[in-house]
Amino acid sequence: MNDRFEKRLDDLREEARNKGGVTAAGVKPVGGPIPAQLGAPEAMLGTGYYGLPFLKPPVWKWMIAVYFFIGGLAGMSGLIAVAALMKGQYQMVRVAMWSAGMGGILSPVLLTWDLGRPTRFLNMLRVFKYQSPMSVGSWIVSAFGACAVPGLGFVEWHWQNMQGGQLTPAVQIIAAILVIGSGMAGIFLATYTGALIAVTAVPAWNLHRVLLPFHFGMAGLGSASAMVELAGFRQPALNVIGLFAASAQVLVMLYLELRKHGAADRALHEGKSGWVLRIGEALEGPLALALRAAGLVPEAAIAFLLGALISRFGWLSAGTACANDPEAVLASQCGDKRLAESRFPHALEPATASSQQSRSSLPRKNTKEHKA
Amino acid sequence: MIGEGILSSNQKPHKHVQEEVPVGFFTDPTVCIGCKACEVACKEWNNVPAEVNPWTGHSYDNTLSLGASTWRHVLFLEEAKPRGPQIAGPMGNGNGQDPFRWVFLSDVCKHCEVAGCLESCPTGAIMRTETQSVYVQDDVCNGCGYCVVSCPFGVIDRRENTAPGKGGAFKCTFCYDRQISGLTPACAKACPTESIRFGPLKDLQVEGRKRVQELRAQSYQDAQLYDPTETSVRGIHAFFLLLGRPENYRLPPRPEVPTIYLAAAYGSVVATALLALAFVLCVFAFL
Repeated sequence: MNDRFEKRLDDLREEARNKGGVTAAGVKPVGGPIPAQLGAPEAMLGTGYYGLPFLKPPVWKWMIAVYFFIGGLAGMSGLIAVAALMKGQYQMVRVAMWSAGMGGILSPVLLTWDLGRPTRFLNMLRVFKYQSPMSVGSWIVSAFGACAVPGLGFVEWHWQNMQGGQLTPAVQIIAAILVIGSGMAGIFLATYTGALIAVTAVPAWNLHRVLLPFHFGMAGLGSASAMVELAGFRQPALNVIGLFAASAQVLVMLYLELRKHGAADRALHEGKSGWVLRIGEALEGPLALALRAAGLVPEAAIAFLLGALISRFGWLSAGTACANDPEAVLASQCGDKRLAESRFPHALEPATASSQQSRSSLPRKNTKEHKA
Repeated sequence: MIGEGILSSNQKPHKHVQEEVPVGFFTDPTVCIGCKACEVACKEWNNVPAEVNPWTGHSYDNTLSLGASTWRHVLFLEEAKPRGPQIAGPMGNGNGQDPFRWVFLSDVCKHCEVAGCLESCPTGAIMRTETQSVYVQDDVCNGCGYCVVSCPFGVIDRRENTAPGKGGAFKCTFCYDRQISGLTPACAKACPTESIRFGPLKDLQVEGRKRVQELRAQSYQDAQLYDPTETSVRGIHAFFLLLGRPENYRLPPRPEVPTIYLAAAYGSVVATALLALAFVLCVFAFL
């Protein structure tokens, strides 16, 4: 081994003697301070920092995705309860309030579970900050819980009394107020979660700041109506709501497939997160719509609920994938053109033709010769 | 700057907290020697738990990134970019230029003028101090993790399963405890070349601009200050001198504070909520 090093040095000395200098590149240890790409400066132009991400990925776990689903379902169930109350369908009020009340209990449980320090969950209500959707959301969840949980109790109480033939006006009025309160807080509970992830530094989320609240809200509405249908209710109003929500999801899906943001939100279209999102969208959009159009109401309801849950996971994992993708962040800030001229050679994504070409043109001859 | 000895603002006692003077860090990679004394000093002073990092192969950077338990991070940049007569002698490629350059930069929380983490914090744990730095009150933080995705620089993070302070969000404190006592932050104090300068922000900005002029005169044509004043972040308190593009130092070229998306997102929330309300009530009323 040493002989080979010595021979190489002798060769270099001879070259220096004959030509008055050495033009050949020297020994380049892998991982050394002198990059192996030495001699091909274009390969290192605007390379980013070893392809490491600009942003921190969300620390949220599965609880948050499930909460987005449960919160949307529960919130919009409050609205269905209000509508049913208006129509005097007390049995449906009761069913919808069960969804709302259970969601009103589960939502804070899921949120607290995900906290780094769960015992301090009440710190959320220390302040109210309109500029933080998380703070606004904490108050919305609290208001919703404060209406939906006792609301469920009063509706049940009222229901039991009705079965017994006794009507107590006070219970009826309080139940009605709480149901209306759940509905009013609920429509914001189902939609604010979109703003929660949209008002962040993650491009795949913030680029869809208008779409997300609509998307999540409609998913919540469809889920709430699907839940009531699964409880055995069949009426044109619920069917129309189901058609409306599924059509909205079809529009969302079509809009996302336009890919108007290029590489910046590619996590929504490519890789694992892209597929999770697409499967969720397909279930709650086209499939739910088709099943409903074919008259298969319970199947459509199940497809929609599944899709709404899966697409929430898709959005969350797309946020993680996007935050871990330095090229997406660069594309969102400088456009795809700048990205093309400063592609990260170390990034996890497969290298493009151009970067492969510049790599293959590297003068590795000497290194190979040396290793041989 | 260098050679000021005890007259340097890194060494003099001060009353910036008491006098409410906005302070800053000016980090200059052209005099950084990559010794990582800032990383060590920060960890020691602030009692930040250790992290076991792999051997990355990314030059001498085995710290990888700022995070919950890394508040100073020295970047090791390797560029095969001929740029001025930095190294003379046999390393040169014959035309008086270097074949490569090796740059070190000590990265830190930027202490933004408009801070994404501070705006987003739902508990009010993150606050602005008298010196305009951004500080996380550990006894209030409940670890919701919203600041993590709200930081456009990817600085703050939640500490997972690492005692002490498990579950809370952590980042550079600007050594607020030292500053109250008139001391310089640990990293700046420990920096042997004054690559990290601490002082009143206005003075540092003047110094930074002067340094850029100086470097440009020495043929470092790509020397620039990284202080995104033209974006919604509206400037940073810990600003940097860069040779080349910010993205090469993993600094976003156009960082935006997420609150600029509030109006659109809230608008969509209200519109969707009202649409759902009107639609459902109408459907039930007419069908």
